[in-house]
Amino acid sequence: MVPVSYYLVLSGFLFACGVTGFLIKRNIITIFMSIELMLNGVNLSFVAFAAQWHQLSGQVFVFFVMVVAAAEAAVGLAIIIAVYRTRETLNVDQVNLLKL
Amino acid sequence: MNPDLHLWIIPLLPLAGAAINGVLGKRFSRAVVSSVALLFCGAAFAMALWVVSQFSSLTLPHTEFLATWIRAGNFQVDFSFYLDQLSLIMLLIVTGVGFLIHIYSVGYMWDDAGFYRFFAYMNLFMFFMLTLVLAANYLLMFIGWEGVGLASYLLIGFWFTKDSAASAGMKAFIVNRIGDFGFLIALFLIIQHFGSLDFNTVFQSVAPIAPETAGAGLLTTIALLLLVGACGKSAQIPLYVWLPDAMEGPTPVSALIHAATMVTAGVYMISRSHVIFERAPSALTVVAIIGTLTAIFAASIGIVQTDIKKVLAYSTISQLGYMFLACGVAAFSAGIFHLMTHAFFKGLLFLAAGSVIHGLGGEQDMRRMGGLRTKIPWTFWTMTAATFAIAGIPPFAGFFSKDEILWRAYQASWIYWLIGLFTAFLTSFYMFRLWFMTFFGEYRGELESSHGHEHADDASRAGVPAPHEHGHGSIHESPKVMLVPLVILAVLSVVGGWVGVPGSLGGNNTFDKFLGPVFRATAPDVNSNHASPGEAAPPEKQTEGTEPKTGHGTELAFTGISVFAALFGLYLAWLLYLRRPQLPQQIARSLGGFYDTVLNKYYVDEFYATMFVKPLVDGSRAILWHGIDQGVIDAAVDSSADGARDASDTLRRMQSGNVRSYAGWVTIGAAAVIAYMIWVALR
Repeated sequence: MVPVSYYLVLSGFLFACGVTGFLIKRNIITIFMSIELMLNGVNLSFVAFAAQWHQLSGQVFVFFVMVVAAAEAAVGLAIIIAVYRTRETLNVDQVNLLKL
Repeated sequence: MNPDLHLWIIPLLPLAGAAINGVLGKRFSRAVVSSVALLFCGAAFAMALWVVSQFSSLTLPHTEFLATWIRAGNFQVDFSFYLDQLSLIMLLIVTGVGFLIHIYSVGYMWDDAGFYRFFAYMNLFMFFMLTLVLAANYLLMFIGWEGVGLASYLLIGFWFTKDSAASAGMKAFIVNRIGDFGFLIALFLIIQHFGSLDFNTVFQSVAPIAPETAGAGLLTTIALLLLVGACGKSAQIPLYVWLPDAMEGPTPVSALIHAATMVTAGVYMISRSHVIFERAPSALTVVAIIGTLTAIFAASIGIVQTDIKKVLAYSTISQLGYMFLACGVAAFSAGIFHLMTHAFFKGLLFLAAGSVIHGLGGEQDMRRMGGLRTKIPWTFWTMTAATFAIAGIPPFAGFFSKDEILWRAYQASWIYWLIGLFTAFLTSFYMFRLWFMTFFGEYRGELESSHGHEHADDASRAGVPAPHEHGHGSIHESPKVMLVPLVILAVLSVVGGWVGVPGSLGGNNTFDKFLGPVFRATAPDVNSNHASPGEAAPPEKQTEGTEPKTGHGTELAFTGISVFAALFGLYLAWLLYLRRPQLPQQIARSLGGFYDTVLNKYYVDEFYATMFVKPLVDGSRAILWHGIDQGVIDAAVDSSADGARDASDTLRRMQSGNVRSYAGWVTIGAAAVIAYMIWVALR
C-alpha cells in the first residue's frame, strides 16, 4: 500500500504546476489547462483521503468537482472561441480593453 | 369666588387686529386698515374700563386660568392671567395711551406706503405688551417681554430701506438680548429653587425668607439677574445705548413703545418682583445706584442734543432712571406713579414733537425751528402742558410723581436726593431749552417756499407727507385726528398727578393707598430697606402706603427746593436760548473738551464699539469664520473629500484590465485564505 503522503506530495506538485502555469502563461488555452490541473491536483488529495479513511464523501466531492470542471470547460471554451473570433489572438495581454 | 372676567380676551383683541391687518391689509383701503386697528385696540381699552368697573367686587389678587401650557413632572406653567392693582394700572396705561397713539398714527402715517404694515405691528405690540402686564407667571411674562422686543425691532426698522433704521433695529434687539439673558438665568434659578414660575407660588415661597442683609445669597442673585433684564428693556446704564438710536422709528412708535409703555416694562417687572427685591437689600442698592446714575447721565447728554427726538429719548432714559431710583429705595408705588405720569407727558411730548416734525415737513433739528408758537398753536399749547409736567412745576402731573420719588430717595440717602434734584434741574433746563428753541424766537429754517424741496427727501424717509402732496409748502398745523389725542394727553398731563397728592400738600395720596395692598402685604418684617437710613425716619417704618407721621414741614421744604430747581432750569433756559441766544455757543467754547465729550454722548457708543463690538466682530471673523468655519468645518469636509479621492486614485490601479494581474490577485487572495486557515489550525 502506497502511503497517503506520496499522494499528497504529488497532489501538491500538480497544484503548484497549475498555479505557476496560471500565473506565467499568456496563452489563454494554457491558462485554462492550468486551472484544470489545479482542480485535478485537489481531486487527487480528495480520493487519497477517501481511501485512507474509508469514507465516500471525498469521492463524492471529486464527482462534484468534475461536473463543475466540465461545465466550466464548456462555458470557458465558448468564451475563448468568441474572444478569438473578435480579437484574433489568444494572448491574454492583448485582451486589454478594460485597461486604464 | 371671583367672577370670570375673561381677561385673556384683552390681549387677544389686538392680536386679532394684527392678524387681520397683517394678512389682508394689503388689499384694504387706508380707511379700513385704520378702522380695524382702532376697533380692536379700542375694544381692548373698553374691556379694560369694564374690568375697572368690576374691580371693586374682586378679591385680589385675581388669577384666571385659561389652559395648561407646559407640564413636566411637578413643574407646570399655565396660560393664566393675573389682576391686581398694579396690573390694573398698567393695563389702563397700555390700552389707554396705546389707543390714543393709534388714533394719532392714523393721521401721522396716512401717506406712508407701509400703512397697513405699521398698524399690524402696532397691534402686535399691544398684544405682547398686554400679555406682559397680565401674565400670572414669569414665563408668560417673558413671552410678552420678548414679544414687545420683537415689535420694537420691527417698528424701529420700519423704514428698513434706510440703513440707519435697519441697524438701529438690530442694535435694539441685540442689546436687549443681553438683558434677556440675565432675565432667563433668573427664571432658571427660580425654577430650580422654588419649582414654579407662578407669581403666587413663588412669592409665597419667598415671603417667609429673611432679608439677605449680610452678603449676597440666592435672592440677591435672582434680583440682580432680573435687574440685568430690566436694564436692557428699560434702557438703563449700561444697556441704554439702544434707545437713542431707536428714534429712527416713526414718531408714534417712539411715543408708544420707547416712552410710554415698553421701556417701562423693566420698572413693572421689578415692582412685580418686589417680594424678591425687598429681601435683597444689596440688589436694591444697585437698582437705586443704576437709576440715579442713569438719570443724571442721560439728562446731561440731553442738554446738548439738537435733534428734537434725541432730546426726548435721553429725557426718557433719565426719567426711567428716576423710576429705578424709586424702586431702588423700595418706593415701588412712587415708581409706578411716575411711570404713569411719564406715560402721559412723555407720550404727549413725542406726539407733539411728531406734530412739529409733521408741520415742518420732516425737519427734526431744533436749530432750524423757532417761532412756531403762533403757527401751530394747538401743538404749542399741548407741548407746553407736557413740558411743564416733565419739568416738575406744580400742579402738573410730573411734579407730584417726581417730588414723591425725591422725598422717598432722601429718606434712603441724601446723595440720591441731591443727584435727583440736580437731575430735576437739568430736566427742566433741557426741556425748556427745547421749548424755547422750537416755539419762540425767530424761525431759523429755510425759506418756506424752498423748504418743501429741500426736505422732500427727509420727509419721504421720515414717513411724513412731503409738503407738496399737501398742496401747500408752508408750516401747517396737524389734522384733527392728530390733535385730539394731543389734547386728551395734555389734560392728563395736567390732572394726572392729582391722584397722588401727598399728605404734606393736603392730599391723601390716593394712588399710593390704592397700590398699597400690592406692596405692603408682603413687605418683610424686619429692616430690609436701604442700608443707609435717612434722618427723617427709619426707612423700615416707611412701608408703602403709610405717610410719615412726622416731617410734613421737612417734606414741604423739600418740595419747595425741587420746585425752585425746576423754575431755575426754566429761567436759565430762557436766559440762554431766548434772551441771549449767542451765550450758549460762548459757554460751549469755553468748556471746550468737556462740551465735546458730552456732545458725543461721553463716547459711550465708541467705547462699546471698541470694547465689545469690535472684538466680537474681529473674533467672529478671525476665530469663528476663518478659524472654526473655514479651518475646522470646511477643512474636515474638504479633507474627507480629498482623502476619498486619493484613496480611490490608489485603489483604481488594482483594476488594471490585465487578465494576468487579476489572476495574480486571485492567487494572492487564495494564498491569504490558506495562510489564515493554517494560522487558525495552529493556534
